[in-house]
Amino acid sequence: MRKTCRPSRFVADVTKKVPPSGIRRYFDLASEIDDVISLGVGEPDFVTPWHIREACIHSLECGETSYTSNYGLLELREEISGFFTDKFTTTYDPKSEILVTSGVSEALDLAIRAITNPGDEIIIPQPSYVAYTPSVMFAGGVPVPADTCLENEFKLHAEDLEDVITEKTKALILNYPNNPTGATMGRKDLEAIADVVAEHDIMVISDEVYDCLTYNGKHTCFASLDGMKDRTILLNGFSKAYAMTGFRMAYALAPREIIASMMLIHQYSMLCAPILAQIGAIEALRNGTREMERMVRDYDRRRNLIVSGLNRIGLDCFVPTGAFYAFPSVESTGLTSEEFAERLLFEQKVVTIPGNVFGKAGDGFLRCSYATSREEIEKALARLEEFVEGL
Amino acid sequence: MDEKTRHILECLEEDARMTHDQIAALTGLPVQEVDKRIREMEGNGIIRKYKTVIDWDLAGDENVYAIIELKVSLERRLGYQALVERLYKFPEVRSVRLLSGQYDLSLTVSGQSMKEVAFFVAEKISTLDQVQHTTTHFVLKTYKEDGIILYEEDRVARLPVTP
Repeated sequence: MRKTCRPSRFVADVTKKVPPSGIRRYFDLASEIDDVISLGVGEPDFVTPWHIREACIHSLECGETSYTSNYGLLELREEISGFFTDKFTTTYDPKSEILVTSGVSEALDLAIRAITNPGDEIIIPQPSYVAYTPSVMFAGGVPVPADTCLENEFKLHAEDLEDVITEKTKALILNYPNNPTGATMGRKDLEAIADVVAEHDIMVISDEVYDCLTYNGKHTCFASLDGMKDRTILLNGFSKAYAMTGFRMAYALAPREIIASMMLIHQYSMLCAPILAQIGAIEALRNGTREMERMVRDYDRRRNLIVSGLNRIGLDCFVPTGAFYAFPSVESTGLTSEEFAERLLFEQKVVTIPGNVFGKAGDGFLRCSYATSREEIEKALARLEEFVEGL
Repeated sequence: MDEKTRHILECLEEDARMTHDQIAALTGLPVQEVDKRIREMEGNGIIRKYKTVIDWDLAGDENVYAIIELKVSLERRLGYQALVERLYKFPEVRSVRLLSGQYDLSLTVSGQSMKEVAFFVAEKISTLDQVQHTTTHFVLKTYKEDGIILYEEDRVARLPVTP
């Protein structure tokens, strides 16, 4: 008789330390209820523009189904380089400073693993996207929250950053436009952060996947600030701007030494991003601006609709200037974020994500995605109003 | 055209029945400003008409549509204008376009039967002095009209919650 196996005995300690995503729980709850209206979706409600899909179909017809360079198709890297040169006057060498990845999630994981030694501290402004803290933990690093607040429109302030820097600080993760708050940071705000990171010799991982979804003024690319290109691992992708979430297509731009280190991990784990998605990405960069701008104008209108609606209902909501999230406060109702979100789901069938899922600084807030149709937003607001009035 | 005006036009293009209050909520403009801008655009012809896209096939309408290509001779000093004005006054003529290439003009013509359309072309269009040649293409099925796809596409369901 052979020994019986207890699989749980083999699970690595680090995975036991990382709590499951709070969003996952809401997915499970929402999945059990029929006819929900969801403001809980962190992806565009548009289908990928047809010309991008058609380019992919054509590539399949041509039999383009092979591996590509580990770095990604050179043609795509050249397009990405040209795009950044045109848009931000920041030039990256397609051969050594650009790595094409399977989604920003992979790029983020590679970036963190490429620079983190056990015990290194990585500062994460909160509320933050749910993957940052676990990614740091998986890499053996120590996530250090830096709180942002409503009074500062959820921008990271230099003093708050200074407060959490220690001799172990290795990097800062920036994510503007921000998921979950919809906050953006202008050039002046970012210059203050640049001064601090340069002073303390800290690396910056800047996740700018929502850069095209900026509504008041232009997005400032952190790497384009004076002296920041060599200090920045810039992450961006196609999911949000071109409605290509399912393609899993993104890239990292960084100094060659960092890209080489990320590449080392990437070539042994992912090998290369799917060629089909890379071809779609080339088409998006070459011919996707018009469709992208049309989608952004649509988001802008929905943003106005949801923010004015939330404020009318009595859920104070600052005006988000990027991404596709509104982040209203539920403090006036006397309920916690979790209580509010759960009761709203069960009583009115509206899915929102409680702010505390994104860190303690998100307590008392809700994330409401307006990446859904105008009709759905109007219905959701009507149900929200009924719910708040009934409290 | 400023960004807010573009927003108003896109709202109306998407749904002509959208109220000014709804447009105000979507654009962030006061409703009086929306009223003012829409009135101005109605006045200066930017907004030509409020229309509905109808799937006449689905409604059971028996109307017949044809695309007519015309080769024409130009008149001195008048160019195409005099002929075009004659053509677009016929209620049967739904659209008139000047084309590059082999033909000069393209008309969309509607009638209650193929026979009616054919006779209209033979009697009213081909007989005009400037018209040298016509080619009639009857429309068998319309798949897309004014940017609207005229059949139900299956929408791929999204997950109710994603990060």
